[in-house]
Amino acid sequence: MFMWGVAHRCVTPAGQADTRGKAMSDDARPSTTGLSPNEYERVERSERFRLLKRRHRSFVFPLAVAFLLWYFAYVLLADYAHDLMSTPVWGRINVGLLLGLGQFVTTFAITTWYVSFANRQLDPIADEIRAELSAKEVGK
Amino acid sequence: MSTITALNARVSDAAVKTATEVTTVGEPLLNIAIFGAFVAITLIVVLRASRNNKTAADYYAAGRSFTGPQNGTAIAGDYLSAASFLGICGAIAINGYDGFLYSIGFLVAWLVALLLVAELMRNTGKFTMADVLSFRLAQRPVRVAAATTTLAVCFFYLLAQMAGAGGLVSLLLGVNDRLGQSLVIAVVGALMIIYVLVGGMKGTTWVQIIKATLLIAGAFVMTIWVLAINGFNLSTLLDAAAANGGEAVLSPGLQYGLSEITRLDFISLALALVLGTAGLPHVLMRFYTVPTAKEARRSVVWAIWLIGIFYLFTLVLGYGAGALIGADTITAAPGGVNSAAPLLAFELGGPVLLGIISAIAFATILAVVAGLTITAATSFAHDVYASVIKRGETKPGAEVRVARITVVIIGIFAILGGIGVQGQNVAFLVALAFAVAASANLPTILYSLFWRRFSTRGALWSMYGGLGSAIILIAFSPVVSGSETSMIQGVDFHWFPLTNPGLVSIPLGFLLGWLGTVTSSRREDPTVAAEMDVRSLTGYGAEGATNAVER
Repeated sequence: MFMWGVAHRCVTPAGQADTRGKAMSDDARPSTTGLSPNEYERVERSERFRLLKRRHRSFVFPLAVAFLLWYFAYVLLADYAHDLMSTPVWGRINVGLLLGLGQFVTTFAITTWYVSFANRQLDPIADEIRAELSAKEVGK
Repeated sequence: MSTITALNARVSDAAVKTATEVTTVGEPLLNIAIFGAFVAITLIVVLRASRNNKTAADYYAAGRSFTGPQNGTAIAGDYLSAASFLGICGAIAINGYDGFLYSIGFLVAWLVALLLVAELMRNTGKFTMADVLSFRLAQRPVRVAAATTTLAVCFFYLLAQMAGAGGLVSLLLGVNDRLGQSLVIAVVGALMIIYVLVGGMKGTTWVQIIKATLLIAGAFVMTIWVLAINGFNLSTLLDAAAANGGEAVLSPGLQYGLSEITRLDFISLALALVLGTAGLPHVLMRFYTVPTAKEARRSVVWAIWLIGIFYLFTLVLGYGAGALIGADTITAAPGGVNSAAPLLAFELGGPVLLGIISAIAFATILAVVAGLTITAATSFAHDVYASVIKRGETKPGAEVRVARITVVIIGIFAILGGIGVQGQNVAFLVALAFAVAASANLPTILYSLFWRRFSTRGALWSMYGGLGSAIILIAFSPVVSGSETSMIQGVDFHWFPLTNPGLVSIPLGFLLGWLGTVTSSRREDPTVAAEMDVRSLTGYGAEGATNAVER
């Protein structure tokens, strides 16, 4: 069982034996942590976890939809609106080039925005829940 | 040499005439020397890095010891393959704006990975994509399916890189005959086997880091050079490109605006590019080489900046090649479209810069091939051998031994396949790999991370359906038969009009995943779903760095 034992060699509570016994059968997966399964269900129902999940999804889903729409709008313009895209703006720089560079700008901006959001809004809650679970595991 | 003379006769530009003569007569020695120096340095690094490879986590995931910036550079190294550097430069030089569209698709795709996939995968998995996909579904069938799609994507990607290596050689080292090119493919393959065999993930990652740094630095120098020639004014550069290549290079449509079919084809390609990245197994596997999800996030951020900046360089380089050398000359040169960047290097800095850029291009292929090989080998050893054949009861060391044997076997297949596809369209093979990844992998990845009801049947239908439809549509597309540039000439059995299957196979993959789930009477274990939910978002239970384990 060396494959699954690497990370938690030092923390092997007795309860883990049943999970591991049926590891790798068609239906079960091996548990790599020392928590009882209903502990996860308890956490999943907890207020803080629901807040974490809600924050995560209400940030990434709309943003993913938005950047995909913007990307495909650009693709369709490049594909079907050649006249618009070739309109010169400044010297030889045209609308198409600016919109294309705009894709770069939004990609960099979304990246930066997401990272600062995750650092401020997601990581603290995730760290808290993780610490709580680790304390439970050791205390068992 | 006769082909070269014949080509030179058609080449009008004097500068390039000397370029082709130089690369095929005296300078290959310089190229080989620079390339040899790179190989020697990286081999030393690989040997040093691999001294502590003991466990499976060391071999597959580099002991999870890389930092975000290091891993981000390695991701950029994995991603900026020969297709990105030589392919996009060439595409912009020849097709102008339409080539630029590739870079945008390749870059924006990273947002899918950053927002939806990277951290959750890192938190839930261990070594491979299948670890995550099979987390709460039936282990064995899902692992076999995920390993199948992983091997398929890696194999197409490998073939593309090997074919690229063969084609490049004709220009860079002056090896023009088929036997010589086959020999070079065999040498590239053998070197790659040594890197991966000895170095494991740690050695491979260091090769990626060195190569990415060199590639970005080389492109940066050339970009500044081209801009300096044009007075640091992008408009002047575009003016020069338009003067040499015609007004059309500044606007979209040169390549994809020909007919309604090519326009649809372009949408299909755009879809495959933006959704393919987050399903590429060798990119996903890189998220496991860092200690935490936070580092996985940092590595994607680094990768996005490096890749984005590099694509901005290629815009300048592509138009620069179009302006300084000209599309006709590039197409006529040995190596065709792919020769734009090396020819530009020669035009700017003479044989020395050409030698350096050539060596970097080789290093790029070598490093990407190594990254793909270790991914395929890990998937086979971890998902098929250890988890399915041995049902998780492997002896310590046995799994890594199987992985090493797999590396050699994959290496041999890649060499043979690479020799077989010599002269084939490299871009087609890469786009196929992206389309297969987006159709077969991404739907299952997203469903299993975000849709609680998603079932085993949905996963299997989606993976096999996406993989099968993508490959079948390619087989009956004009890429394989029925057009002037087809792989098989003289017969025509194509009925699918598009060269990229993404427009059909990607929605089909998503649809099959949904259909398989709603028709499945079996409910997956809610307890495990809760565990996956909690662990994917909090990172609880994720493996940290191996040297920090004995806490």
